Amino acid sequence: MGIFSYFRSKKNTAEVAKNRLQIIVAHERAQAGGYDFLPQLRHELLQVVQKYVHVELENIRIDVNRDGDCEVLEFNVLLPDKITK
Amino acid sequence: MGKIIVVTSGKGGVGKTTSSASLATGLARRGFQVAVLDFDVGLRNLDLIMGCERRVVYDFVNVIQGDATLHQALIRDKRVENLYILPASQTKDKEALRIDGVEKVLLELSERFDYVICDSPAGIEHGALAAMYFADEAVVVTNPEVSSVRDSDRVLGLLQSKTKKAKEGQNIKEHLLLTRYDPERVSRGEMLSVGDVEEILAIPLLGVVPESKAVLSASNAGEPVILDETSDAGQAYTDAVLRLLGEDVPHRFLAPVKKGFFARIFGG
Repeated sequence: MGIFSYFRSKKNTAEVAKNRLQIIVAHERAQAGGYDFLPQLRHELLQVVQKYVHVELENIRIDVNRDGDCEVLEFNVLLPDKITK
Repeated sequence: MGKIIVVTSGKGGVGKTTSSASLATGLARRGFQVAVLDFDVGLRNLDLIMGCERRVVYDFVNVIQGDATLHQALIRDKRVENLYILPASQTKDKEALRIDGVEKVLLELSERFDYVICDSPAGIEHGALAAMYFADEAVVVTNPEVSSVRDSDRVLGLLQSKTKKAKEGQNIKEHLLLTRYDPERVSRGEMLSVGDVEEILAIPLLGVVPESKAVLSASNAGEPVILDETSDAGQAYTDAVLRLLGEDVPHRFLAPVKKGFFARIFGG
């Protein structure tokens, strides 16, 4: 630190770190409350869906949402723009 | 019944053993009977930090397997009264820390001691789970750095789900101990601030230990840094011990040390 570093451009990397952490931590907390079998379920679901439509694994989302005492298991399958057989 | 406190973090190298040694020493200096246990089977280091590595005869696993009594295995600290160290085994498997064996040892210790400090190994495997399983309180040691904060959050999740207290529907009292803090870099926006970390982890702050040369000097000498009363890190640990005992002590070492005119112009 001295007269030279004064002119160096400063990026606030701490802020970047904080934002990244907030996102990843929230994501992982949501997952931690879930069930161990979810990744396996996701793969098997992919196999079933692929019998009919070609989708990629990343287009299948599984979420467990809590609504009061009630837990909702939610599947989201994003279909390709045009279904080609 | 004494209190069982686990010192844990997930990530390695953040200062668990340094913190365990200093918190245990600080509590003993306040007149409490304290035992500090190394759970890092195969990679024991608490003995070095406490400066008793040449006095190890029996270890934690010997006690669990019935090869030695607790009385034989506990090493009495030569500097501070009422302070005892139980070293980890250097040769056995991690699985040698059987949960029922750990429970028996901890039960016996908590009858005799006011505080039992469990120095957890890094990671979230067997040894770390064994260290936290019977805890009443947890000190989560965190560095102001992304991987450490993320791992601490993961460990908090385990404390809230995998421990005996959690399974009985109770809560472990959690404390955040932020170590290797550099206020200068925080002020320049190069390091997560104590407020940032508190906001993300959302647990009460036990203390902030500044990055300090005294920590390495202390470990070189085998003296817990809290005994170096002139050092900033030593003072920060002393404050943390008081807070652990319920005292309301203001936080120090959060702002950069003011530099003189010449240091600011010419660097230093």
